[in-house]
Amino acid sequence: MAENMADKPLTLAEKVWRDHIVVRGEEKDGERSPDLLYIDLHLVHEVTSPQAFEGLRLAGRSVRRPDLTIATEDHNTPTLEIDKPIADPVSRKQVQTLRTNAEEFGIRLHSLGDANQGIVHVVGPQLGLTQPGMTVVCGDSHTSTHGAFGSLAMGIGTSEVEHVLATQTLPLKPFKTMAITVNGTLKPGVSAKDIILAVIAKIGTGGGQGYVLEYRGSAIEQLSMEARMTICNMSIEAGARAGMVAPDETTFNYVQGRPHAPAGEDWDAAVEYWRSLRTDEGAQFDAEVILDADELEPFVTWGTNPGQGVSLSDAVPDPATFDDPVDRESAERALQYMDLAPGTPMKDIRVDTVFLGSCTNARLEDLRAAAEIIRGREKDPDVRMIVVPGSAKVRLDAEAEGLDQVFKDFGAEWRFAGCSMCLGMNPDQLAPGERCASTSNRNFEGRQGKGGRTHLVSPVVAAATAIRGTLSAPSDVLQPQAA
Amino acid sequence: MEPITTHTGIGVPLKASNVDTDQIIPAVFLKRITKTGFDDALFYAWRKNPDFVLNQEPYRHGSVLVAGPDFGTGSSREHAVWALKDYGFRVVISSRFADIFYGNAAKQGLLAAKVAQPDVELIFKELETEPGTEITVDLESRTVICGTVETTFSIDNYTRWRLMEGLDDISLTLRQEEAISTYEATRPGFKPTTLPART
Ligand code: SF4
Repeated sequence: MAENMADKPLTLAEKVWRDHIVVRGEEKDGERSPDLLYIDLHLVHEVTSPQAFEGLRLAGRSVRRPDLTIATEDHNTPTLEIDKPIADPVSRKQVQTLRTNAEEFGIRLHSLGDANQGIVHVVGPQLGLTQPGMTVVCGDSHTSTHGAFGSLAMGIGTSEVEHVLATQTLPLKPFKTMAITVNGTLKPGVSAKDIILAVIAKIGTGGGQGYVLEYRGSAIEQLSMEARMTICNMSIEAGARAGMVAPDETTFNYVQGRPHAPAGEDWDAAVEYWRSLRTDEGAQFDAEVILDADELEPFVTWGTNPGQGVSLSDAVPDPATFDDPVDRESAERALQYMDLAPGTPMKDIRVDTVFLGSCTNARLEDLRAAAEIIRGREKDPDVRMIVVPGSAKVRLDAEAEGLDQVFKDFGAEWRFAGCSMCLGMNPDQLAPGERCASTSNRNFEGRQGKGGRTHLVSPVVAAATAIRGTLSAPSDVLQPQAA
Repeated sequence: MEPITTHTGIGVPLKASNVDTDQIIPAVFLKRITKTGFDDALFYAWRKNPDFVLNQEPYRHGSVLVAGPDFGTGSSREHAVWALKDYGFRVVISSRFADIFYGNAAKQGLLAAKVAQPDVELIFKELETEPGTEITVDLESRTVICGTVETTFSIDNYTRWRLMEGLDDISLTLRQEEAISTYEATRPGFKPTTLPART
């Protein structure tokens, strides 16, 4: 990527890359040093930034472009009683440190209680700050979410956060490109989450390593922006550096009118540029994966990495049937941790908790889709369901539509916005041994609480599961089968 | 950042693939706001098990970690590298590293050496037959020596040069101040800014 870009047809990722090169890397010993890329938007949260600001302070540096930087509190924030001081002293300190740093370095911050507080990857698009053709970074791996707009969006480490704060650039090595083509039409009850879980199961958690993925094909074109964000969000779970979708009318309509969207002549100039951000005819991808949307079923994970998933109508696989010894060992270990026996139908697995939240699936459409399933139905009395909107604004919008009441009537807990049980840095955690159907993105050991067991699912599967108490597809509750 | 050219230390076999950063350091430790003092957090959950390799002599004094494929997957937390370094590791050997981890390691002076899986298996064997065997990793010649096993590792030239010089990123980039300002002058006017805030 990024070589001889002048003449040859380019992929979307290559175009965005080309348009951000500040200094081209040098060729030496048959190898190119990194290109220095300009960063259009830097998102900051309380967990990965304290040491970066500490670094700046120690070196006597300032933030080069506070006007391209925005911060929000999300990972540590409580989802109950947000008007009280944060109980956990360490969480409180991290949040407080962000507030002090934002003040000192002149960075815009959306704090707990503010309508634009929320998960950083929900807030950027919501404000219209995420736009096509940008470079977006954040000290968080799920920054790939913003690629849904056709921007090159990457998770970075804390020292890179410091680097971007100080220079508004990042030295980056060109990536390889992979096309993920999804053709066809999704069946009812099958959603974007199922597409991406199926992609990861197909290429593996390391399959995207070194690549920027471009999701394309008729099934992707039919998706809403929020659904595209769900897919791009989990690109990192396939090991990819970023995921992208070419901007189209759906994208422009979503951006238009948002607080930071261009207006007037700027809008016209922007759209003209954005329309050029499509992979050229004849451009070469380094790899391609093809998926048929018509064949997809609701998907669910059985193991402890997001690649360990099957269709919901399947059973827990038998590790003995895995050809690759590494996969086999990892499956054995996963089944032990998950306390599952090979051959168990996925739909027989009982859960204790249903978590509807996270930057993967806690936007308004996700809440609507889940509410649609549970409306007028009853929750399994033994299941607790927690609904955590992705941002304070999503929460307000949902309340304006009465979705909060649907969840409350159902018996679910309606919480304040944040990362919550996606990673359990706040009090929202699974107890050891507890089993959870979760709309988040990671089912790693202990991710949602020590000893907790996670099954990744879509919002509608989460809703159906809360009704039946066992992992369930929407069709299981919408058309009850004869006993 | 301390330059590193060659390193010799006890090899620690971590025979697991897909060691994600939640295993290297659980999220709860991310609450700290300092850059050092994470040695106690490394492999926190696993270290509660007395059979875990770092709970055994002589491995507990190791400084070269040898792991299965796909080391460092998952969250981008740089704390994973800080924890490994704070514990005393200078080198991690694996056949494949997650991209973000690999980048983070280079920036902190932790050498992530890519060794082909069959050779990793040979090193595992060597370390298990002869616990306490020292591994020597040499950036100059890109070689790994562990007992009778002698092999090479791959690393790109740029990362190698930086590790050997002990160069930090920001000062390198700040040499390009003029180019950055020139680029900024040409950015299209429709690109968004976060300030003044609009909500
Ligand atoms: S919701 Fe989960 S995955 Fe998303 S930013 Fe928060 S912790 Fe990370």
